[in-house]
Amino acid sequence: MHELSITQNILEIALKHAQAANARKISDLYLVIGQLSSVVDDSVQFYWDMISEGTICQGAELHFKRLPALLECRDCGERYPLDDGTLTPCIQCDSISVAVVQGKEFRLDSIEIEV
Amino acid sequence: MPKRIPVVENILSANDQLAQQNRQQLDQAGIFAVNLMASPGAGKTTLIEHTVQRLAGEYRLAAIDGDIATSIDADRAAAAGATAIQINTGGQCHLDAVMLRDALQQLDLHQLDLLLVENVGNLVCPADFKLGTHKNVLIASIPEGDDKPYKYPGMYKDVDALVINKIDLLPYIDFDMDYFRRGVELLNPGLVAFPISCRTAQGLDEWLLWIKTNASP
Repeated sequence: MHELSITQNILEIALKHAQAANARKISDLYLVIGQLSSVVDDSVQFYWDMISEGTICQGAELHFKRLPALLECRDCGERYPLDDGTLTPCIQCDSISVAVVQGKEFRLDSIEIEV
Repeated sequence: MPKRIPVVENILSANDQLAQQNRQQLDQAGIFAVNLMASPGAGKTTLIEHTVQRLAGEYRLAAIDGDIATSIDADRAAAAGATAIQINTGGQCHLDAVMLRDALQQLDLHQLDLLLVENVGNLVCPADFKLGTHKNVLIASIPEGDDKPYKYPGMYKDVDALVINKIDLLPYIDFDMDYFRRGVELLNPGLVAFPISCRTAQGLDEWLLWIKTNASP
């Protein structure tokens, strides 16, 4: 389990940007998590409620946007989803030369603040 | 008045930056560093032992062993002839750049040529945390089963080399090598792979040659 250290990172990044914008309070955080990122929303939420206490993030809502993993065929260019996580050759031309082009994301996209 | 401000920052950017610093430190000292990742029992420590024993005459080696508890692995690496540092992660499921930095501080880097870092046995989390090593290597092993690339794509996707250990067990285990290799190819086309057996020493020469080729300036 590494969600605690991850949640601490989220808090640090949010506070840094809020401070730069002279925020009094952070009300919402918008996170983007790719399907292949090993992060559990519920655990992040659990730690968030604990560690944001007493900061200007206290009570802020976490919004998780899950990005599905996408594969791209190197031969024909077809893009297709990883679906339930089972790897399949290109659905168009059956090539096994494919690249994961989306799904590893893990970032804080934006925050909503009150100044 | 609420206002939305863009951040667009990777959550693990602090770790990535620190990994970059680790890399610089290694480069300045002229050390080639490898991060070995695998599930528990795949043979990380055994591969380190064999690598150390075989290369100790030519290279000055150190091993950094990450484990939740005990110094069993570092003791084995030391017995094989490496300078060994044990990191106990205290429950954490992976090594990160901070832990590697702290371990590097305990080593006389200018007295080393080659560093083998043994990550915590885990096929999920270590993939997300860069350490700053030059190469990330995954050790798969036959008894784990041939479906692992399909089940742990995040780990197979980004590694620079794959060791397939315990091939001496192939006659006894239902392991479809074609199915396994096909999954690897889907995730990581052209990935260099070393089928080996630490027990019989089969294939070890090719692995050692890869290390030596990379370690030479």
